[in-house]
Amino acid sequence: MGFLDRFLKAPSWGVHPEDHKRPAADAPLRIFPTPERVFMPLHQHVGGVARPIVLVGQKVLKGELIAEAQGNISAPIHAPVSGTIAAVGDVTAPHPSGMPFKAITIESDGANRWIDCEPLADPFSAAPEEITKRTAAAGVVGLGGATFPAAPKFALGKRLKVSTLIVNGGECEPYLSSDDRIMRDYPEMVVDGARLVMHAIGASEALVGIEENKPEAIAAMRKAAAAFPEVKIRPLPALYPMGSDRQLIKVLTGIEVPSDARAAETGVLVHNVSTCAAVHKAIRLGQPLVERIITINGGAIANPGNLYAPLGTMIGDLFTFVGLKEAPSRIILGGPMMGTPLLHDRIPIVKGASGILAFNAAEAFVPEAGPCIRCGNCTKACPMGLLPLEMAARIRVGDLEGAEAFALSDCISCGCCAYVCPSHIPLVQYFSHAKGELTAAERTKLRTDATKRLAEAKAARVERENREKAEAAAKRKAEREAAKAATAQPASVAVEKTEGASA
Amino acid sequence: MLMSVGSLAVMGLTLGSVLGVASRYLAVEENPIEAELQAMLPGSQCGQCGYVGCAQAAAALAKGEAPVTLCPPGGKATVEALAAKLGVKVDLSKVSDSGPQIAEVTEEICIGCCRCMKVCPTDAIIGAAKQIHNVIREACTGCSSCVDVCPTEALGMMPIPVTLQHWSWPKPASAHH
Amino acid sequence: MSQAFGMPVAAPHTTTTNSPGRIMSLVMMALAPATLYGFWLYGWPAFYLWLITILAAMLGEAFCLRWQNRSAAPILQDGSAILTGWLLAVSLPPWAPWWIGVFGGLFATTLGKQAFGGLGQNLFNPAMVARVALLISFPVQMTAWVGPLPMFSVGAPGPIEGLLIVLRGIPPALDAVTSATTLGFAKTELSRGVDLFQSAVHTPALSFFGNRPGSLGETAAWLIAAGGVAMMALRLITWHIPLAMLAGIAIPAAIMHAVDPARYLDMGAHLLSGGAMLGAFFIATDYVTSPNAPRGQLIFGFGCGVLTYIIRTWAGYPEGVAFAVLLMNSMTPIIDTYFKPRIYGRDSKGKPLQTAN
Repeated sequence: MGFLDRFLKAPSWGVHPEDHKRPAADAPLRIFPTPERVFMPLHQHVGGVARPIVLVGQKVLKGELIAEAQGNISAPIHAPVSGTIAAVGDVTAPHPSGMPFKAITIESDGANRWIDCEPLADPFSAAPEEITKRTAAAGVVGLGGATFPAAPKFALGKRLKVSTLIVNGGECEPYLSSDDRIMRDYPEMVVDGARLVMHAIGASEALVGIEENKPEAIAAMRKAAAAFPEVKIRPLPALYPMGSDRQLIKVLTGIEVPSDARAAETGVLVHNVSTCAAVHKAIRLGQPLVERIITINGGAIANPGNLYAPLGTMIGDLFTFVGLKEAPSRIILGGPMMGTPLLHDRIPIVKGASGILAFNAAEAFVPEAGPCIRCGNCTKACPMGLLPLEMAARIRVGDLEGAEAFALSDCISCGCCAYVCPSHIPLVQYFSHAKGELTAAERTKLRTDATKRLAEAKAARVERENREKAEAAAKRKAEREAAKAATAQPASVAVEKTEGASA
Repeated sequence: MLMSVGSLAVMGLTLGSVLGVASRYLAVEENPIEAELQAMLPGSQCGQCGYVGCAQAAAALAKGEAPVTLCPPGGKATVEALAAKLGVKVDLSKVSDSGPQIAEVTEEICIGCCRCMKVCPTDAIIGAAKQIHNVIREACTGCSSCVDVCPTEALGMMPIPVTLQHWSWPKPASAHH
Repeated sequence: MSQAFGMPVAAPHTTTTNSPGRIMSLVMMALAPATLYGFWLYGWPAFYLWLITILAAMLGEAFCLRWQNRSAAPILQDGSAILTGWLLAVSLPPWAPWWIGVFGGLFATTLGKQAFGGLGQNLFNPAMVARVALLISFPVQMTAWVGPLPMFSVGAPGPIEGLLIVLRGIPPALDAVTSATTLGFAKTELSRGVDLFQSAVHTPALSFFGNRPGSLGETAAWLIAAGGVAMMALRLITWHIPLAMLAGIAIPAAIMHAVDPARYLDMGAHLLSGGAMLGAFFIATDYVTSPNAPRGQLIFGFGCGVLTYIIRTWAGYPEGVAFAVLLMNSMTPIIDTYFKPRIYGRDSKGKPLQTAN
């Protein structure tokens, strides 16, 4: 790419937040020692909640299935450590509400003994469906944060004849470096995983997009992919939100995904680098997804860096391991642009947890929101071409339909608008609020329609029953009359006679 | 001066008479809004509004005899929809919205008398004689008819529990004003 | 360790260091060279009038805020009232009496801005609302221009003398300095039946250095333009509105001048005189009252330019920037409604794109 070319093709959207990735990204990967206890949530993915299949007191090995997938879109859960099932109960969910959800508690026996893994000997001669099946069984979900189960996406890609696999190594969120680390330390795994995914979906090429602020990762990946011409490493300008599916597809292929379509319908499929590595492990080693690389970063952390930790580990345990300089003023799951604020640190890490940030007071400072001066910075920053200021102005006065008319539903909640807003208006919160309210209204409407049908059915039934009862009663009465008339014919004559006599 | 006053007066008169004629000849016989209003109501015919059923309530609304806040099971959402349809302003903060509610059986007290099942407009209560009854949450409209007939007060109303999937961010507190 | 944080803060958890105060300060810095040059050109009275106008604008804002029981200090710190006063001041005749500044400044922030609900709510540019109100109410004072009398030059009023001029009016001894602007002169002469070929000899010379009668923001056109370019470089404004507005003035000016040079001033005179530059870079680009999307901004800017030319050429007033901007301000909501940016994955009408396969 020439200089002029780059200037002309540079996206007009996006923001350049300070990336804060180093020194955490450069610190060598540390292995987190097996915790005493892990809390493995049953709902770590988009779709149906997994159903536990273990009993309290049962002994499990590392990698053993403890909860099975339920429904078409779901993922099974495996034991991240070997030990004993201690409980199946509530833990705080990694969610801003701080509400609980179900998790399986496992007391570790410290041995960390794996189940007998069954690798697939020659995956490239196996049927693509076999890769998909094993990926599903290993509980692999999108590890970039979206946590959509990987296998249904493979099946969709195969069905829609996707030709290009896009491997997302953008990692555009500040502070985070778990994808960077996996590309630097295990590039062969990522490349092999990408080739396995290509095989599963029948794609002919893989484009690995990596932001230019990760030169070490680009070099390592180039080396690992040198033998495979179909896997192409594509450096990307460091720009947030480059790691967002639709933006990445547009930059790498020029394809714009229609607003009402899925990426696969345009012939491309996006998977994260960590997901590819997880697919590699599931196929080549037969290991289910029970561990991941997670970035621990932020001003309150003494030794920021990346940890290789079992899923279900309490965030507090990770903090103890890396050390805290001060009590965190805010804890965030994920990056600072889109991450979930957590209410405390007694929350287990889940499959989609790419990082945990502990902010010091200065980082957590929230400037007071002022009035909108219509500067239009949000419009310029929005990667979707929306008008955040217009949507927020409508939501502020409760006009949710008005906001919807400005394509609120196309908002990807990337946070660019709120980041650049000089008046520090919490635009994303306005949009999340409105989306939640609109979804609730939609749900209420569906519910009302359903109950109305039920009420009508009941009313019809009651009416029918009454009618039948009345008919039956009338029939019985008629029969009785008839019977009476038949049997009492002579008698009545007699009565008449007597009556007549008496008269 | 006289010219402009005159022309304005003529225009006013003409347009006024056109409107008057139009109102006579183009008048709509029946009120089509009634059906639309009825579609907005829950349709459980629970009678909490004081009318026999939702159709009667809709008729009263269309005539302007009933306030848009008449439907307790509908909650704020219904009030909003009705107010928007009828073009009336309503102070939503004054609408006591305990949130949509649903019935719940306290299993320890339920004697399995089946009375609630019979009055439930949507068949949302399942059970059999001498068996503990249960409420199907998705089908309950929160009309509370069952609460009134329960001989042991085993039935009560409770807000629909907020779940992780249903939680949404509150509207930001506006710093301006 | 376990701790609770109460109500969670929604993402993003990091934000820009930018603020309305910073934006306003940078705009003022971009406006400063032209203003300082104007002070030098027109001397102490211009400086006093500038100061009085800004103080009046701040006073108006503070008064409205106190009236609503809001504390004025933090809101005044965003600098928007100062900028409004400043923009008004540089569009006034530099030697106008003090009460012009006071009335204008108060009018701008009270009726021009706070009456609409404060910062970000006003439909019209407050400085231009005030300027038009002054022009209609006090046409004599608002068209009494002085020729440049640079500070410290022979005959120029000193600090005390300058203050007296602003407070008491221009003394008869200095009356000779009053003059007309390029546009005003041309218009008056044309109305007397003198065509531009004859009047051009006497027309106050156009100078790149602004050495001619006019307001502070009128004479130093090139310094204003330089400030505008600096704002573009700082990404405070985009090129759309300024370029479109200048084009909107230049294109009809060039055509009409080619048709009849005796009646219509040339393009250069139109671009370099009056409030063309100030309007294009500082007035029309006001965030609050201009459209948000690039296409809308082009239409808005071009509309401002064309209306300016029309008012200058065929309407009663020699200068039309303020009227043109206000008229286009009223169009902003409509332009914003019809010219939205294209949404990713949708066509320009908002319909989803067609899938290729």
